[in-house]
Amino acid sequence: MFRNQYDTDVTTWSPTGRLFQVEYAMEAVKQGSAAIGLRSRSHVVLASVNKAQSELSSHQRKIFKVDDHIGVAIAGLTADGRVLSRYMRSESINHSFTYESPLPVGRLVVRLADKAQVCTQRSWKRPYGVGLLVGGLDESGAHLYYNCPSGNYFEYQAFAIGSRSQAAKTYLERRFESFNESSREDLIKDAILAIRETLQGETLKSSLCTVSVLGVDEPFHFLDQDSIQKVIDTFENVPEEEEDGGEAEAEAAAAEQGGAGDQDVAPMEM
Amino acid sequence: MTKQHANWSPYDNNGGTCVAIAGSDYCVIAADTRMSTGYSILTRDYSKIHKLADKAVLSSSGFQADVKALQKVLKSRHLVYQHQHNKQMSCPAMAQLLSNTLYFKRFFPYYAFNVLGGLDEQGKGCVFTYDAVGSYEKVGYSAQGSGSTLIMPFLDNQLKSPSPLLLPAQDAITPLSEPEAVDLVKTVFASATERDIYTGDKLEIMILKADGIRTEVMELRKD
Repeated sequence: MFRNQYDTDVTTWSPTGRLFQVEYAMEAVKQGSAAIGLRSRSHVVLASVNKAQSELSSHQRKIFKVDDHIGVAIAGLTADGRVLSRYMRSESINHSFTYESPLPVGRLVVRLADKAQVCTQRSWKRPYGVGLLVGGLDESGAHLYYNCPSGNYFEYQAFAIGSRSQAAKTYLERRFESFNESSREDLIKDAILAIRETLQGETLKSSLCTVSVLGVDEPFHFLDQDSIQKVIDTFENVPEEEEDGGEAEAEAAAAEQGGAGDQDVAPMEM
Repeated sequence: MTKQHANWSPYDNNGGTCVAIAGSDYCVIAADTRMSTGYSILTRDYSKIHKLADKAVLSSSGFQADVKALQKVLKSRHLVYQHQHNKQMSCPAMAQLLSNTLYFKRFFPYYAFNVLGGLDEQGKGCVFTYDAVGSYEKVGYSAQGSGSTLIMPFLDNQLKSPSPLLLPAQDAITPLSEPEAVDLVKTVFASATERDIYTGDKLEIMILKADGIRTEVMELRKD
C-alpha cells in the first residue's frame, strides 16, 4: 500500500482506481488521539482523550463549539481541525444572520464535505488531515456525522475515531441500539466508558478526558471536571468497595478487563 | 440647469427616544415603544432596546431598519469574539466596535442614534453616546432621538455631569441610587411624552447590574 509510483500527487489515480494521497490523509486521522460521539433522540455527547505531547506541555483542544446547537470533535492534524472549526463557525454565523434561524447540521456537513473534496482535486493543495465528528441538533432532531478527509460524510448513532478507536467502537457496537432512548446521564456515562476502552487499562481520571453535551433546551457546553469525576466514580468504585465480601466479584471483574485488554492489543497494529 | 434630486429617500425616521444613566454599580437604559412614520403610528409596542452582551445593552432611535441591521452585525461580531476569546465582550470593547461599525459606513450611514449602556470591567456603570457615523464619548448619562432636546437639559440640571475638560478628570457616574435613577427616567419620559408627538405609548426600562438584567414597563400617554 505504501511507497508506490502513484502516490506523489493527489491528482494522480492509481491503476486500481485509488487516490493514495487521500488514503494517506485518512491515515493521519488514525494517528490522532481518540474522539468519540454518541447521540440519542434529544442529546449528542462528544468526548475526547486529553493526550499531551510531553509531560511538560498541555493537551491540545479537540472539541470545539460551533454554535449553541452544534459541536465538533476532531482527530488528526489539530491545526487543520482548528481551521475547519473556524470555517464552520463562520458558516453558522452567516446562516443565522441571513435566515434568522440556526443552521441545520446536515447542511453544514455537506459544505464541509464539499470543502474537503476540493482539496482532493487540485494539484496545488493537499487534503485536510483531520476527521471531524460533527454533533448537532436541528428541527429534524439530534444528529451525529463523521466527515473524512476524502470529502465523504456519514451519519452515525455513535462513532469513534483516532488511535485505539476500535476498542471504543467495539464497546459502542454492543450498546448502540439502546442509545436513541437513552437519558442524558446514561449517554454521558456511555461516552466516558467508551473513552475508557481506548485507554488500554490506564486508570480513567477526569483530567484525562474532555466531555461536551448539547441537547434540546441545552446549548453546547463542556462538562466540568467535577461532573466528569462523579460519573467516573459511579463505575470505577468496583475494585475499592468489595475488599472482604466480593473477592470473587473483583477477580471476575479483573479477569474481564484483562480479557478485553488482550483483545484490544491486536488492533494497535493499525 | 439645477441639479437633479432623487424622488425617494433610502431613509425614514421612525421616531422615539432613548435614554441611559450610569450609576456606581448599575446602568439604566430606557426607551419608549412607539414606532412611527411621518404623522402616523406604525406600532405602539416596539422595543428599541437590544442586549448585545451580558454587560452591554444598546438602545437606538432613528431608522429602525438600519437599527435592526446594525444590531445583527454587532451580534454576529460578538459571536466571533466569543469564539476567539472564550468570553463575552466588555462594554468598552463593544463601544469601540460599535463606533468602528458605524464609521465603516461613513458614506452611506446607518441612520441610527445610539446610546450604549452597561457595566465596565470594574463593575461600574458606563454610558456611551454616538452620532450616526460613529463619533462617541463615554458619559454619565445621555438621551438620543426625537425627545432628546427636551430631556437632555433636564438631565444636565439633575445629574450635573462635570465637564470632561476639567482636570483632574472626574467620574461622570451619578451618585444617585438605582431606584432614584429609575424614578428620574420615568419622570423624564412622562414629561417628554407631553410635548414630543413621537414619544409615548409605553416606556421600557432595562436595569443592568452585576447579578443580571431586570426589565420594567411603564405606561405613557398614547396621544
